[in-house]
Amino acid sequence: MTYMKKPLNKLTRRGFVIAAGATGAIALAVPGVAQAFSTENARKLIDTVVKEINTIINSGGSEARMLRSFEGVFGRYADVTRIAQLVLGVDGRSASASQKSAFARAFQTYMARKYGRRFREFIGGRIEVQSARAVKSFYEVKSLAILQGSRPFDLEWVVADDTGKFIDLKIEGISLIKTERAEIGAMLDQRRGNLDQLIVDIVKI
Amino acid sequence: MGTRQMTSYFKTILKPVAFVALAIGLAGCAAGPNDDPLEPVNRGVHGVNLALDTVALRPGSQVYGAVVPQPARTGVNNFANNLSLPGTVVNDLLQFRLEDALHNTTRFVVNTTIGLGGLFDPATAAGMAARPSDFGETLHVWGFGEGAYVELPVLGPSTTRDAVGLLVDSVLNPVNQVATAQQMNVIWGVRAAQRLDDRFSFGTTVDSILYDSADSYEQARLLYLQNRRFKLGDTVEAEEELYDLYEETFE
Repeated sequence: MTYMKKPLNKLTRRGFVIAAGATGAIALAVPGVAQAFSTENARKLIDTVVKEINTIINSGGSEARMLRSFEGVFGRYADVTRIAQLVLGVDGRSASASQKSAFARAFQTYMARKYGRRFREFIGGRIEVQSARAVKSFYEVKSLAILQGSRPFDLEWVVADDTGKFIDLKIEGISLIKTERAEIGAMLDQRRGNLDQLIVDIVKI
Repeated sequence: MGTRQMTSYFKTILKPVAFVALAIGLAGCAAGPNDDPLEPVNRGVHGVNLALDTVALRPGSQVYGAVVPQPARTGVNNFANNLSLPGTVVNDLLQFRLEDALHNTTRFVVNTTIGLGGLFDPATAAGMAARPSDFGETLHVWGFGEGAYVELPVLGPSTTRDAVGLLVDSVLNPVNQVATAQQMNVIWGVRAAQRLDDRFSFGTTVDSILYDSADSYEQARLLYLQNRRFKLGDTVEAEEELYDLYEETFE
């Protein structure tokens, strides 16, 4: 027994070192893979988001306070920069770096005001996370919104694998990205493609 | 319905349905790669619908919402929903969804009896929630594509497939077959009231789409199509592309 123990220990330790080294090598070779988010993590993220939203909508606070709280949740758990870039889509191709970041800031204000108002309907209700699955470079986390006086409806969160933050929200299949891309596109058309003017205008909506 | 009525129902209703289905199939093929081939016509209709909303539907819904108390409005909605159930059951059967057909038949029986002619919805309270369906969905189940997007006068967003569905549903529902002319007037009245209540209940949301967006036609079109595809489980698009564009554009 005593003879066996040492080499076995050594072997185990070596095995561990090799395994750790291999993992490290993979992590270096394929950035993002070893550090990648998992379906479980995506679910946990949305669990947290939903828990915070449930607390806000049942806090009994003033609407202005709730709006600020929503903006906080949005800032912490959503990839606002990417959402803004996705919404700008093809129109963003010719934008400069400073225009892009200015648009991202303006878009965050626009979003918080537009959708924060909509969350008024959620007061007294709750959201339940149901399931999560991996799809290519992102995760889909399904949840159900159970509100007073209306039929429960589906809320699906899209979580990016690389940043581990959510990049889209689908209400009964209606994607925020898709809807806002069309809307921002139309606003840009109205301004003959003048992105700077759009940045000034959307914070006032 | 008696056996004879049943036979004539299937002869007169279901046979033409098959022909209509064939026609829509051909129309669907003509849609092509443009995702909104009827846009010019649709935009014209949208303008008319917008004007109708401004002068009639929106103010009418506000009066209806203010004058008729909530429980009465809910009762009218329940009544209208209950009357549509026999038609839903026919569609469930046409889609070979026997469990849904049984579910909706039970809902109809429970709500018509215990729910006092459908004014109440005890079935939902007992855990049997509504499972709506229509002939547009039946066509989808049968393999027909959605066709082109159409905005119908008064009725609003639809597709060529769903528009045919609406038309077929109006004759497919056994209730419409057995109702007298007078009863039909009541049914249309109840449907109109339900429409007013929808406009009232979702007032701020509808207002923001119709009056606050930069392109209300495009918003209405996107909302309808995304929601309809979601409900039918019809994910024709590669959703990944929506998020992949990022890599291509910004990196």
